[in-house]
Amino acid sequence: MRTLFKFNGGIHPPGNKERSTQRGIARAPLPAKLVIPFRQHAGEAARPVVRVGDHVLKGQLIGMPDGYFSSAVHASTSGTIAAIAAQPIAHPSGLPDLCATLIPDGREEWIPHAAVDYRNSDPAELRQHLRMCGVVGLGGAVFPSDLKLRPLRGHPNKDIGTLILNGAECEPYITCDDMLMRERAAEIVQGAEMLRFMLEAGEVLIGIEDNKPQAVAAMRQAVADSGLPFEVVVVPTIYPGGSAKQLIRVLTGLEVPSGKLPTEIGVQCFNVATACSVYRALAHGEPLLSRIVTITGNVRRAQNYEVLLGTPVQELVALGEALPDTDRYIMGGPMMGLPLSSTAIPLVKASNCIIAASDKLFPPAPPALPCIRCSRCAQVCPADLQPMDLFWFSQSREFDKAQQFSLFDCIECGACSYVCPSHIPLVQYFQFAKSEIRAREQDQRAADHARERHEFREYRIEREKQEKAERLAAREQAAKQAQPPAASATPADDAQQKIQAAIARAREQAAASRPKNTDNLTAQQQAEIAEIEARRAKAHERAEPAGEVADNHSEGRSQ
Amino acid sequence: MLSALLVMAGIAIVLGAVLGYSAVKFRVEGNPLVDKIDAILPQTQCGQCGYPGCRPYAEAIASGEADINRCPPGGEEGIRKLADLLGVEFKPFGGGTVLKPKAVAFIDENLCIGCTLCFQACPVDAIAGAAKQMHTIIASECTGCELCVDPCPVDCISMVPLRENIATWKRQYPVFTLVAAK
Repeated sequence: MRTLFKFNGGIHPPGNKERSTQRGIARAPLPAKLVIPFRQHAGEAARPVVRVGDHVLKGQLIGMPDGYFSSAVHASTSGTIAAIAAQPIAHPSGLPDLCATLIPDGREEWIPHAAVDYRNSDPAELRQHLRMCGVVGLGGAVFPSDLKLRPLRGHPNKDIGTLILNGAECEPYITCDDMLMRERAAEIVQGAEMLRFMLEAGEVLIGIEDNKPQAVAAMRQAVADSGLPFEVVVVPTIYPGGSAKQLIRVLTGLEVPSGKLPTEIGVQCFNVATACSVYRALAHGEPLLSRIVTITGNVRRAQNYEVLLGTPVQELVALGEALPDTDRYIMGGPMMGLPLSSTAIPLVKASNCIIAASDKLFPPAPPALPCIRCSRCAQVCPADLQPMDLFWFSQSREFDKAQQFSLFDCIECGACSYVCPSHIPLVQYFQFAKSEIRAREQDQRAADHARERHEFREYRIEREKQEKAERLAAREQAAKQAQPPAASATPADDAQQKIQAAIARAREQAAASRPKNTDNLTAQQQAEIAEIEARRAKAHERAEPAGEVADNHSEGRSQ
Repeated sequence: MLSALLVMAGIAIVLGAVLGYSAVKFRVEGNPLVDKIDAILPQTQCGQCGYPGCRPYAEAIASGEADINRCPPGGEEGIRKLADLLGVEFKPFGGGTVLKPKAVAFIDENLCIGCTLCFQACPVDAIAGAAKQMHTIIASECTGCELCVDPCPVDCISMVPLRENIATWKRQYPVFTLVAAK
């Protein structure tokens, strides 16, 4: 029996998980339209590599990873790309983002794909393969898995003593990982072995909360069948025990230091569903095209469905048969989930659950009252923070202080808001403060960059001036050096010579620059010229002093 | 009496030597306050404060010549930080200062005659082009200072406000509507 450890605080909200585990995982029918966002992972959005009107096959790459911190996006089924445009996605801002609209042709025609012999491959190649398969963490953070497998500088992978598979699934209502472990335990175990191989990790622990006995049994059976030395560890049910840092604490007793990664203390943690998708990517060459989503809450048929990525939420809602008093939908769990602005929003890699909500199921919170500093929030905070102080600093926009009180260690689990007797929505204040601090850091980076460019520009202008001055000086120097032979003659002679030379040059130039339009003239043109010249001569004569005018006239007549 | 004089003179010489040495050894180049102020300013180099760039304005603030409320791109946030740093009261923007949304310049390529005047004005070298060639703004480097707008002889530069997207979105301060008690 393994010794388990504890983390501070945590809460025990009602689980409400039984309803959606009565039926097995069903495959959702192919929808009439898929909307596939290019930003389904943490980091940079993928770059579209298909055009409107293209016919794509199931599993075809439609979004290329753009930059280091990015992942690939694929067509979830075969069909035609009808549009590539900004559409509403599941994001707290409610802002639209770039999505590809795919009209399925119903043939589910796969692109050629093949298994990878991972035991005889280079880890870097395997990571690249996972990146191109769009494998990201399916626990909710959607962090690209290839980056979590990359050795850190100074922390080679062989230093990783423990690989943890997270099957805790602590948030109420959500049962997608539970059902996945019950039904696809063998695939998860194989995926875990692949992850262990890439990480060169020592032991593998599979942490599952004690409210999922069937999943524990299935996983134990699968581990025994595979003959791999993995250990399935049952951990007590407590929210948020399924958060990576808290599960690491419970299983190993190690605490991930503030601002550091688990790999730096020799631990890495993956969700069970991620392990399953790693298995599909390596053993079958299949990119991540679908995931298990729970539909539960105020519905008639709560169940887990395997859903193609990009399926609109309304398709799943229809399968669950939402009750008529449902007035809103939540993506994720009741603690950390995101209220959806519409049901046309597509399900993505991060969507683990859709809860149909009504005021009866989730009564609206009473109005917030002032903080009485009772410190209940600090008692339940799993990250050992002091939420009442963080709240004070966030509310008064003292962001530097909030950061000093480790605001960024907050995992936004909502345990503090859950227990607050004044019903203060603490997490929303923390999210606001984090967002504001990130924006400021971005502004500061932009300002520093602009300052650098401005200073470089000033330096460049100065340098150009200097270079010009140097060029002029060099030319003068050259002119001076060319003079000495001429200087041997007397100054007067020299001047005379120069004048003569200048006259000669001027003559040459005058000879060379005769107007070209006087060559090859016709007789008529010649006559015209003669006439004009005559008129000119006459005009010239008239311009003579007034006394000669009469003579000129008489002369003119006589002609 | 004499010994007292000698002791006092000795102390004076030692202290003088220490002071003289530290004046040379720990000499501070430039005014460090200017750097601190400059670090707060947004570096748009727009000149809306009346000084030719952010650093000259920082120098003016440090010497007490200029007020802290003359930098529109820095916003009220910037004034607050300057007030904090200098230990003075926060001052709202003076009359006539209009706060504009963040924008980047845009060159209408149908009108540009390639005169190079705009990129001579750009303080951060964010315009690419050459004489009698089309010019264009490098949007990622543009600070939105508008210094290129006036020099353009054919009025082909306009300021395009930046639209909020998922990457630049900021959470609002939590606001809750009050519900009347039943």
